[in-house]
Amino acid sequence: MTELSHIRNFAIIAHIDHGKSTLADRLIQECGGVENRDMKEQMLDTMDIERERGITIKAQTVRLMYKADDGETYQINLMDTPGHVDFTYEVSRSLAACEGSLLIVDSSQGVEAQTLANTYLAIESDHEIIPVLNKIDLPAAEPEKVRQEIEDVIGLDASEAICVSAKTGVGIKEVLEALVHKLPPPTGDRTAPLTALLVDSWYDPYLGVIVLVRVRDGVLKKGMKIRMMGTGATHLVDVAGVFTPKRQDVAELGPGEVGFFTASIKAVADAQVGDTITEERNLAAEPLPGFKPSVPVVFCGLFPIDAADFEDLRDSMAKLRLNDGSFHYEPENSAALGFGFRCGFLGLLHLEIVQERLSREFDLDLITTAPSVVYRIHMNDGKMLEMHNPADMPDVVRIDYIEEPWIEATILVPDDHLGAILKLCEERRGIQQNLTYAGGRAMLVYKLPLNEVVFDFYDRLKSVSRGYASFDYTVTGYEEGELVKLAILVNAEPVDALSMIVHRSQAEHRGRAICGRLKDLIPRQLFKIPIQSAIGGKIIARETISAMRKDVTAKCYGGDISRKRKLLDKQKEGKKRMRQFGAVEIPQSAFIEALKIGDD
Amino acid sequence: MTTAGIPVPGGFGLYIHWPFCISKCPYCDFNSHVADRVDEADWQRSLLAELDHYGNKTKGRRLDSVFFGGGTPSLMPPAIVAALLDKLTEYWEVPAALEVTLEANPSSIEAQKFNDFRAAGVNRVSVGIQSFDDAALRFLGRAHSSAEASHAITIAEQSFDRVSFDLIYALPGQSRAAWQAELASALSRGTGHLSLYQLTIEKGTPFYSDHRRGAFSLPDEDLAADLYELTGEMTLNAGFQAYEVSNYAKNGQESRHNLVYWRGGDYIGVGPGAHGRLTLAGERLRTEQIPGPAGWLSAVAEKGHATRVCDPVAQADQADEYLMMGMRLADGIDRIQFARIVGRPLDACIDGAKVAALCDAGLLVADQRGLRATSAGMLRLNAIIAAITV
Repeated sequence: MTELSHIRNFAIIAHIDHGKSTLADRLIQECGGVENRDMKEQMLDTMDIERERGITIKAQTVRLMYKADDGETYQINLMDTPGHVDFTYEVSRSLAACEGSLLIVDSSQGVEAQTLANTYLAIESDHEIIPVLNKIDLPAAEPEKVRQEIEDVIGLDASEAICVSAKTGVGIKEVLEALVHKLPPPTGDRTAPLTALLVDSWYDPYLGVIVLVRVRDGVLKKGMKIRMMGTGATHLVDVAGVFTPKRQDVAELGPGEVGFFTASIKAVADAQVGDTITEERNLAAEPLPGFKPSVPVVFCGLFPIDAADFEDLRDSMAKLRLNDGSFHYEPENSAALGFGFRCGFLGLLHLEIVQERLSREFDLDLITTAPSVVYRIHMNDGKMLEMHNPADMPDVVRIDYIEEPWIEATILVPDDHLGAILKLCEERRGIQQNLTYAGGRAMLVYKLPLNEVVFDFYDRLKSVSRGYASFDYTVTGYEEGELVKLAILVNAEPVDALSMIVHRSQAEHRGRAICGRLKDLIPRQLFKIPIQSAIGGKIIARETISAMRKDVTAKCYGGDISRKRKLLDKQKEGKKRMRQFGAVEIPQSAFIEALKIGDD
Repeated sequence: MTTAGIPVPGGFGLYIHWPFCISKCPYCDFNSHVADRVDEADWQRSLLAELDHYGNKTKGRRLDSVFFGGGTPSLMPPAIVAALLDKLTEYWEVPAALEVTLEANPSSIEAQKFNDFRAAGVNRVSVGIQSFDDAALRFLGRAHSSAEASHAITIAEQSFDRVSFDLIYALPGQSRAAWQAELASALSRGTGHLSLYQLTIEKGTPFYSDHRRGAFSLPDEDLAADLYELTGEMTLNAGFQAYEVSNYAKNGQESRHNLVYWRGGDYIGVGPGAHGRLTLAGERLRTEQIPGPAGWLSAVAEKGHATRVCDPVAQADQADEYLMMGMRLADGIDRIQFARIVGRPLDACIDGAKVAALCDAGLLVADQRGLRATSAGMLRLNAIIAAITV
C-alpha cells in the first residue's frame, strides 16, 4: 500500500497522431516498467485496429513506480483514455478517475478540435493540466507558435509547457517531475465503505471480464463480495491487480489507487462504465456521481452479403457484444437485403470499428445501410416514440410532430478552407454560433442536426478541407424539425433498405440522387422498371429503366443442350440472390452498390 | 402413316459428325479439326461401328431423319455417306420420306460432289453460305467467295429436292440497309428454308479474344433487335414462317431433324464429340462421344464405340431442357407432349405467376394447347426461360 501523498493519477489528452502512445511508451521505459527487449511500439493499444488507426478504444492503465529527484518513490498511475468523439462519456469517466492530465500537442500541428473538447472535459473534472509540446525534434516544429495557440484557443496558461520529443526521449524526465510536483495527490478514506469508479471493462477469454477501477474510499480485495450500485449485480472478487504494464496481482487496492479486478463476470455489458462498486456487506450510502447507462446514438442495418453467413453474423455479434457493452443489435428482415440486424452505436467511428472488427476478426462480408439517428415521434394522442429505423415510421396522419437530435460542433480549420467549411455547414442546415481566429486558423462553432452529420459529413469535411479540418461535437438536445420519410420505390414497391428520414428541404435532392444511381445499377429486365422516390404518396423524383430488347441464343441444336442447360442452372443459382419487386427481380448487388456510393 | 416401326414422341433422329474442316472459322466453337490426311477406310469402319453400337440399342424404332454435321461433312467421301446410309434398314424402320441432310461448304470442289451425295441417299443439303458479301466473308474467315456461294446454291438446287442455306448477320458495322439488301437478295433465290443467325461471340474462339481486346464491336442491343425484327418481317413477306428463333421455312420445308431436338425427341450422336439423347427402358440418357478425332478412333477400335458420357437426365433437368428447346419454336410447347416426354405436367415445372406476368406483357401465350413465345417474346427468350423455370 502506498501513502496517498505518494500517489499521482493522470490522464493523457491528445489528438490522433500527436504522439500520445509513443510518449506513454517512453514514460513506461523511464520508470523501468518494461525491459527494453520487451518493448514494442504502442504498448497500450492492444487491438489491431487500435494500433493501425492510432486510436484507443478501451481505456488502459499502467502503474509506474518513479524515483523522483526529491529521493522519494511515487506510484504514478497513467490512464490512457479512448480518444474519439464517440467515446466522450467513456473519456469523462477516465478523467474522473484522475487528478490531472497531460495535454499533448504536436508542436508541428497545433491544437485540434478533439483536443479542445477533451481539455474542457478535464477542466470540468477539476484537473491540473500540464501542457506538453511534443515532436520538437521535427524540422517543422514551432513550439512557440503552438504555445501561443494553447493560450489563445484553449485559454490555458502554457508558459510552463514542457518541450518533449517522445521519439528521442528529450523532456521525459521533466514530464515525470511535473507530474509529481504539480498534480495534487488523491484524497480518500481507508476506513469508509468501499466506493470505486468503474473506468472501463473488457473481455478476456481466460479470466472473463476484467474491470478497471479507481478506488475512492475503502479497500477492494480478493474474496470480497461486491455490488455494482447502478445495475445492482453482485459478484465475488477472484483477483485484484495492477498493470505495470504486465498484469500483476496485488493483495488489495486502496484509496487513490487504480487497478483491476476479475469476478467471473460474463459480459462487459454487466460491468458498465461509470458504475460505482461497493462492498455488499458494508454498502456505501451514495454512488459516485456521473453514471449514465450507455445509450446508442447512431443506428444502421448490418446485413451479410451472402445470406448463408447470417448465423455466423449472429454468433460474431454475440461475441463482440461480450467485449463491447455499448454495441446493441436486434434481428431485422429487409425485403431488399434479406436477414440481418439493426445495430446501435455510440457514433459513426464506433460503427466503423464494429463493422471492421466483424469483417476482420470474424471474416464476414457485410453491407451497411445508411446510418440513422434516434428521432422522437410525438403522436397526436400525446404518446412519444423513439424511432431509429425509418421502416418503423408511423402513418404521418397520426403524427403531431417529430424532433431530431442537434449537436454543437466545433471545427478548427486553416483559413484558406474556411469558405468551403462554412458552405458545407450551411448546406447541412447548420446555424453558426461563433467564429474566432487564432494563428492562421479559424475556430467555428455550429449548431447542426445530427442526422446531417451521420450522413457522410466527416467525409465531406475531410475532402473540402483536404484533411486539415478537425471536428468534435456534443449532443445538445432535441428540436422539432420538418422531417419526412423519403421512400424509394422500385417497380412501385418500396425498398426498405434505402428509405431514410430527411429534412423536407433535402428530400428532392436526395431522392433524385438515389433514383439516378439505381438507374445505373439495375440491369435491364423483361419489363420496364420505374424507380421513384416519394414522400408519403407524393412522387418527387422518377427514373425509368427501359425493358430489355434482345436476349436470345442464336443457335441451339442437339449438341448445345448440355452446355446451355448448365448456363441456365447458373442463372437459376443467381436468382437466389435476386430480390423480388412485383414481377421484377433485382440483384441484391444493385442495392449493395447503391448503399456503398456516397452522395456526390 | 405408311411405315411400321415404333414412333418415338418428339421424333427419332440420327446425327453423324464429321470433324474435319479445310480451315477453322474464327467464330466457330464446334468440334472441328484441320487434318492433313484422313484415313478414309479407318473412319468408315469406325463410324459404322458406332452406328452399330447405338443401332442395336434402338432396334425396331421408326427413324425420322439423318443429319451429317461437322466440321465440314461435304468433305466426306460420298462412299462413306453411302455405306452409312446403306446400314440404316438393318436397325430401324426407314420411311420412304426419310429426311437425310448434309451440311455443305459452298466451294466449287464440294459442289462437284453434290450429285454423288444425292446418289448416296442425301436428299437435303444445308449450305454454309454465311454471307453474299466478299468483305464479310473475309471477316468471317470463310474460304469461299460470294460468286462461289451463289453458284453452289444453283448446283445444290439442281441436285437436291430440298435446299437450305445459312447466313450470319448483325456483323460489326453492318447497317440496317446493308442487311436489308443482302437478305432481299437471299430471299430472291427461292430456296425453301433459311437459317439466319446473328453473329454470336463464343468463348474459346479467335473472335472472343479479338472482341475482348476491342478489335471490333457488335451492333448494340437496339440495332440487333431492329435487325431481328426486320428479318422477321421480310421473311414473312416472302412466304416464310419463322418456325424457330433463327430458322425460317416455307410450308413443309422445316428441318425435321432439328425439330427432333426442339420437340424433345430422341437422337443418336455418332462420331467425335457427338451428343445424343436416348430413352432406353423408360430412362432418358444423355450421351457424348470422345471429341478428339485420334482418341475417338482408338476408343472405337478398342471397344466398338467412343462413348465417354452415358448418364441419366434427372427429371427436373429434362423439364428445363425441354423448356429451353421447345420454347424456341413458334409453336412452343404442347402440354400433352411435354407431360409425355418429361413425365410431369407443364404447370408443375414452371412459375405460374411469372408466366401470367409475361403473358400480360405480351411476351408469352399460355392456353389449353400449351405455352409459346410471341414474336416479341422470342427476342428475349433467354431471360424468359430463366424467369419461368423453377
